Amino acid sequence: MLELEGVSAAYGAVRALDRVDLKVEAGEIVTLVGANGAGKTTLLMTICGRPRAISGSVRLRGQDITRLPTHRIAALGVAHAPEGRRIFARMSVRENLQLGARLAPAANLKTNLDSVLALFPRLGERIDQRGGTLSGGEQQMLAIGRALMAEPELLLLDEPSLGLAPLIVRQIFAAIARINRERGTAILLVEQNAHHALRLAHRGYVLATGRVVMEGPAAELAANADIQTAYLGKLSA
Amino acid sequence: MLRDAAVAALAAGLLGLPLIGFRLLDQSGGEGLTTRWPELAAAVALVFTGRLALLLIDGGAVRVALLIMVAFAASAFFVPWPAQFLKVVAVGGAAIIAIRAGLILAGPRPVALAGGAIRPIGRFLPWLLVLFALILPVLPFADRGVVDVGILILTYILLGWGLNIVTGLAGLLDLGYVAFLAIGAYTTAILGTQYGLSFWMCLPFSALSASAAGILLGFPVLRLRGDYFAIVTLGFGEIIRIVANNWRSLTNGSQGINNLPRPTFFGLADFTGSPAPGHKAFSTLFGIPYSPIHRVIFLYYVVLALALAVNIFTLRIRRLPIGRAWEALREDEIAAQALGIDRRRIKLAAFAIGAAWGGIAGAVFDARQGFITPESFGFLESAVITAIVVLGGLGSQLGIVLAALVLIGLPELFRGLNDYRMLAFGAAMIAIMLFRPRGLIATRRPTAILK
Repeated sequence: MLELEGVSAAYGAVRALDRVDLKVEAGEIVTLVGANGAGKTTLLMTICGRPRAISGSVRLRGQDITRLPTHRIAALGVAHAPEGRRIFARMSVRENLQLGARLAPAANLKTNLDSVLALFPRLGERIDQRGGTLSGGEQQMLAIGRALMAEPELLLLDEPSLGLAPLIVRQIFAAIARINRERGTAILLVEQNAHHALRLAHRGYVLATGRVVMEGPAAELAANADIQTAYLGKLSA
Repeated sequence: MLRDAAVAALAAGLLGLPLIGFRLLDQSGGEGLTTRWPELAAAVALVFTGRLALLLIDGGAVRVALLIMVAFAASAFFVPWPAQFLKVVAVGGAAIIAIRAGLILAGPRPVALAGGAIRPIGRFLPWLLVLFALILPVLPFADRGVVDVGILILTYILLGWGLNIVTGLAGLLDLGYVAFLAIGAYTTAILGTQYGLSFWMCLPFSALSASAAGILLGFPVLRLRGDYFAIVTLGFGEIIRIVANNWRSLTNGSQGINNLPRPTFFGLADFTGSPAPGHKAFSTLFGIPYSPIHRVIFLYYVVLALALAVNIFTLRIRRLPIGRAWEALREDEIAAQALGIDRRRIKLAAFAIGAAWGGIAGAVFDARQGFITPESFGFLESAVITAIVVLGGLGSQLGIVLAALVLIGLPELFRGLNDYRMLAFGAAMIAIMLFRPRGLIATRRPTAILK
């Protein structure tokens, strides 16, 4: 479904991604783990066209999307729940969800809304409240829910567990598993919480200083003793 | 409490003794000294009452303070003060303290993000304002001057609502909005004087030309953000004014353009006592005696209708996908783009529509003034329009009306105060900033509630 080949990206002179190869098959959960500054968020942003890859190619269902603007990539079925949630704080929960539904057929609005509210009942309780007044966990649910409203085929999740209590993290991860199981949505999950992420995912990649240093089935990666070192960023070549 | 107030009054008296109490006169044969005891006494009394009211508020007797201040403001209005300035201070000061007491009574100050559910605010106020605007010309105190100020205020409301689309909804701080007013005004002026088109024919051209200018400016500028965007638009406003000043063959330079076409009664009749041959006079059409005020009242209703139309349009478009996209871009560009919003196109649309309203306001500006010069379109105008939008509360239609009433209405109202006019204006601005730091109407109303 999604295929990155030799993708490099940079912020000015600073190289953030170095010839990354990565694949997400249809219906698969793939996780990308690594330490702070390894380039995980940059990789997700590059898939969305911002920053644009300076070399290599990003293909979605065989179509080259490397040079497309962000909104066109979104229109091809890639939804992004970005780092820091970035919900619309002054708008109500309902408005946030409606904004997410721009790319889906208008006729499906009601059913999509209902299914998001079934996934996150807490959002239903807060439906006419301003996004900015939600708790961190609820905001994360809103960010994921908003992304789902577009009926994506590929969901990019950036650190959904960031700053959340363990109990809430478990709820969020359960919801991610459910999204994948019930809708068959492919998910690319960026996480610092490698332990949780590798238990949830089918396959995983370990990123360190902009390079893929390890990849394989999630269970194998989880069992690998080196993961902890890579995770701390000591394995950089 | 009384003692504290008395101490404050004593301090004011001691300070005021040399400052207010004595006045040096420049007489023939040397300087003389006169005294101004009534003024000094009045100032001391003002300080005493004001201090007492503030202490009452602090001491918890908010209701008492509110009552005293309202009564004081009302009575101060009719008492013959020794100087006009003292009257302004008395009425204004009492009103400010009364508002403060009122706000405390009204509960905690609403902050945009505070509180859970969204309260619908000002449910009746808009309708009251519309009703008032509709009957204003027939009210007993509405002479020609009052209706004329009404037109001026409505023009600025129109401008404020236009800029609100760009700045309030799409979040683009445009400091050169006056450019679109100028383009609209010059379009109507040139078409009217050189090609003989009527006001009604010119109106859509003004909107179109301003809108086209907005798109033209938008293409290069919309890739800029925040401060950079504001600076470039500011420059654009100045460019338009300077071009108008120097393109003599088209705009007649700094001389301006005179004898602009006055709006007719929908092409049926003119508003003159002696119409040109082949034209009818409005007064004969309706069989009433001729009065010059008819034209002013008619223009007033034209502007009112245009303003209401713009308002309805804006309220509706906020609920449409494009309106939501504007607000999404204002809140968070990155998230908005991830949801499939095309930043360039959506912002360009905001710019084009906002500019069109500015162009319409320009045509109205022509109709009211009857002449234009480039000097009418300086940066100060942009600043006033921006101030209306910001003080009104970004994105709030009602707030803009209130802010336009304060910012445009107050200076006109205080015109009798001559030099103190701008002082009173400044005091009103400071009062807004102190009591409503997020604008008069700070809470954003959701576009979707319980369907």
